[in-house]
Amino acid sequence: MAQLILNHVTKNFGGRPAVSDVTLTVRKQGFLALLGPSGCGKTTVLRMVAGFEQPTDGSIEFGERRLADAVFSLPPEKRNMAMVFQSYALWPHMSVAENVGYPLKVRGVSGEACRRRVTEALALVKLQDFAERRPTALSGGQRQRVALARCLVTEPDVVLLDEPLANLDQHLRKAMEETFRVFHERSGATMIYVTHDQAEAMALATDVAVMAEGRILQVAPPAEIYARPEGRVVGGLIGRGSILRLRLPENAGRQLDWPLLRQALGDGGQVRAGPLADVLIRPEHVHRAADGIAMRTVSCVFEGERFALDLTLSDGQRLKAYSSVAMAEGTLAPFVVSGGWRL
Amino acid sequence: MEKPTNACLETDEIAHSRRPGRLRFPFGGGEARGAERQGGPLRPPAKLPPELARTLYGFDLPASPYVGEVSSRSRKRERAGAGRQPALPGGSRRASSEPAWLLPFVLAAVFLLSALPLIRLGWAGLGGIKGGEAARVLLDPATFAALRNTLITATGGMVVSLVLGALFAFTLALTDIRGKLVLSFAFMLPMMIPPQVTALAWVEMSGPSSPLLKTLGLAPPLGSPQPLYSLSGMVLLLGVQHAPLVFLAVKAGLAAIPRDAVEAARLAGASPWRVFRDIVLPLGSPGLVAGAAIAFVSGIGNFGIPAILGIPASIETLPTLIYSRLASFGASTFGEIAVLSTLIAVISAAGLLLQQRALAGRDYRLVGLGGASAAFSLGRFRLWGECLLWGALALVLVAPLLALVASSLVPAYGVPLTLETVSFRAYGEILLRQSLTLTAFRNPLFLASAAAVGLLFVTVPAAYLLARRQGALANLLAVLIEIPYALPGIVLAVAFVLAFAAPLPAIGLTLYGTIWIILAAYLSSFLAVSLKPVMSAMLQMDPSLEEAARLAGAGFLRRMRDVVLPLLAPAAGASVILVFLISANELTVSALLWSAGTQTLGVAIFNLDDSGSSDLASALSVLVVLMVLALMAALEVFAKYLPEGVLPWRN
Repeated sequence: MAQLILNHVTKNFGGRPAVSDVTLTVRKQGFLALLGPSGCGKTTVLRMVAGFEQPTDGSIEFGERRLADAVFSLPPEKRNMAMVFQSYALWPHMSVAENVGYPLKVRGVSGEACRRRVTEALALVKLQDFAERRPTALSGGQRQRVALARCLVTEPDVVLLDEPLANLDQHLRKAMEETFRVFHERSGATMIYVTHDQAEAMALATDVAVMAEGRILQVAPPAEIYARPEGRVVGGLIGRGSILRLRLPENAGRQLDWPLLRQALGDGGQVRAGPLADVLIRPEHVHRAADGIAMRTVSCVFEGERFALDLTLSDGQRLKAYSSVAMAEGTLAPFVVSGGWRL
Repeated sequence: MEKPTNACLETDEIAHSRRPGRLRFPFGGGEARGAERQGGPLRPPAKLPPELARTLYGFDLPASPYVGEVSSRSRKRERAGAGRQPALPGGSRRASSEPAWLLPFVLAAVFLLSALPLIRLGWAGLGGIKGGEAARVLLDPATFAALRNTLITATGGMVVSLVLGALFAFTLALTDIRGKLVLSFAFMLPMMIPPQVTALAWVEMSGPSSPLLKTLGLAPPLGSPQPLYSLSGMVLLLGVQHAPLVFLAVKAGLAAIPRDAVEAARLAGASPWRVFRDIVLPLGSPGLVAGAAIAFVSGIGNFGIPAILGIPASIETLPTLIYSRLASFGASTFGEIAVLSTLIAVISAAGLLLQQRALAGRDYRLVGLGGASAAFSLGRFRLWGECLLWGALALVLVAPLLALVASSLVPAYGVPLTLETVSFRAYGEILLRQSLTLTAFRNPLFLASAAAVGLLFVTVPAAYLLARRQGALANLLAVLIEIPYALPGIVLAVAFVLAFAAPLPAIGLTLYGTIWIILAAYLSSFLAVSLKPVMSAMLQMDPSLEEAARLAGAGFLRRMRDVVLPLLAPAAGASVILVFLISANELTVSALLWSAGTQTLGVAIFNLDDSGSSDLASALSVLVVLMVLALMAALEVFAKYLPEGVLPWRN
């Protein structure tokens, strides 16, 4: 298996480039989630990797082999990739087994070998009993699994997933996420997963790439990107949290602790010298404690497992927090901010 | 420039339906899908040069349906695919999915069928102007009389069509009347039945020798004039023939009126009548205007009705004038008919421009849930409404057809039809003895099947191309396919006469006078009819189905065979039946192009009637109507496998 490399890839449909200067290396057997708001160009990146679009600039390589650049594009049928489409793209005139077996048929595998591999693939997604059905006779989740089995059957080098869970309900999503994880472990294929749902990305991927307006903003493992996002945009996109403008001392690191934050948040207003910086504060780091800074509760919304609070600081900046008990709106209470991250 | 509203998008599309007695289908019907998935906003559909589009269609090709609804990704290929020359050896260098030969193949086929004859016609027309022929023809009193008659009958026919078509469209689209599908199917029949058969049926119904009237004892005395052999007779029949076109246009417009627009008006306190007057009628008016224009242009180009009704009374219209000039073949014939058919094309274009002007102030962009179906409950008037509609149908459809059947069963001209006098002699004569009519059956069957099946070889690749790519070439293709369809058939026939009268260069063969020239004209004329169902199926097909096959490793021909063609099959079947249905009964083109041995059904009926064998003509017509009904029934059986909007009588 080889690495998939995108080298300064740009795609321009006329007007503003849909993808500009994207450089990415998907490590061998990695599971990369491409995360970003809709219209940010992530699907275009995926379609360029698949070969449905040709880059206007830059190149895409798989190991030593060049897949595409501005003058050349290896057609999708020669790339040995597989894709789960958002619409699943099951051929309605073929049975489930025929759908799954089609890539084998095209490659000239037939007879017993073909049947065996189709059965194996269907077993992996637990659909052995549906082999002779038509796709139209299946539920959404089952269709999804057929599409996945079709990807499995040929041992592709790269598996592409285009928002595969977007059309499923919450309950099915959880089950399918598990299927994807098993699938990834078993197949050992390099996978690229496009989604706008960060929970999905975090749960599945070994690496998350955040895109906005056609550019890659940051690539990192999920825990890393959550704890140490780069810049305001990533900070705002990943997880919940508030971004505050605070004056920090010159020598402050990026990981901020309570004493530093207490100064910065203007308790007494000692720090007046340092430059203004963006600081990301996660709601789980804001607690109610006697030695904290007084903040006013603006709103308190029950979310099931806890209450989500909207707080204001004395200078009017807003802060999110969680609380296990309800707080009346307008209450002034002390809060401790146990950690922050300078963006 | 105004873009058409949703409402008239549908209806305008029907503006392609110009020629008499033929099925004309709106394009479109595919849903804009895949656009959102791309995340990118859809670029406004690429357009024809607006002037050209307006002249040709009377609207700005909203519906380059091909282009407007293509998922946004295909435009990306335009970059990747077009114009980028390979620099590296080995493999295909294009991200576009079609092989390099596909576009040149389709373009060449369409150019040969569509552009070449029309260029020849334009050239001959120019030659006529230079040679002073145009002035002579145009100043000829016969031309003037024909022009006047054409304008009178087309305008009158348009009014009749409007009244009938609007009555049916409003009632069927808006009220809770029963039996909508049957009514709709029956009302569409006159459009499917060839105009010369309609004319013949009416003649048999109303004249002094009408077996039906004789049997009922109502016939006027022998020797009294046939009332239909007059301008008003032609007006009435043109109106009946083209009412379905108005019906389709108005109904499509009404279907686009959001249900909540009507409901909001009711909540605002308006009575049903006020809602109709203040909301439905204004919103439906683009459909009325479009329908009127189509009916007018169809009336201008109609040949069958003036041929049967006008020629006996020496009332010439422009199409029959062309016909008689061509029949009395002379030295200057080609120049004359080129000028005359250019005149028809100019009047048609003027009609469409007028429509454009009328539609200009009516840009109603409709937002909301479509389908004001059954917005009005007729209550106790429902029965009256049903009686009215069925009564109208009985008068314009059932009675003439009965008369046709009756006159095919009488043993001799002028004998009343009773149980004793019933005779199947005419059918025996037609089917067993008349070698001419046997030819007349064999020829159209050959022509229709050849045209229907042959066109698939062009339309399937064309539909694929138009659905997958965008840009100047695709637009050119769309226009070339549409032009022969938008022109009155008589103009196209003249174009083919001119193009193929001389021996073909290089091979020295003359197509003129053989069956092949008719086939060529049919291929050209019905290209758009054949494309329509295939195109809508193609647009409704999720492009990812083909992309999945690509990733599975299937090359172009392989995925055509395994994925695209099986999914297109029902639509291709419908396309074959539709083209067959229309071309088997065709008269206008074949009347000009036929010669001994290449007679078609339409020509046979016309000639039999012309030579006084009205019983044989009737019998042949009855067989034709039965064939039409059988084919329509076959399509109806197919209906559930077909993309929506392919069958005009279904909602």
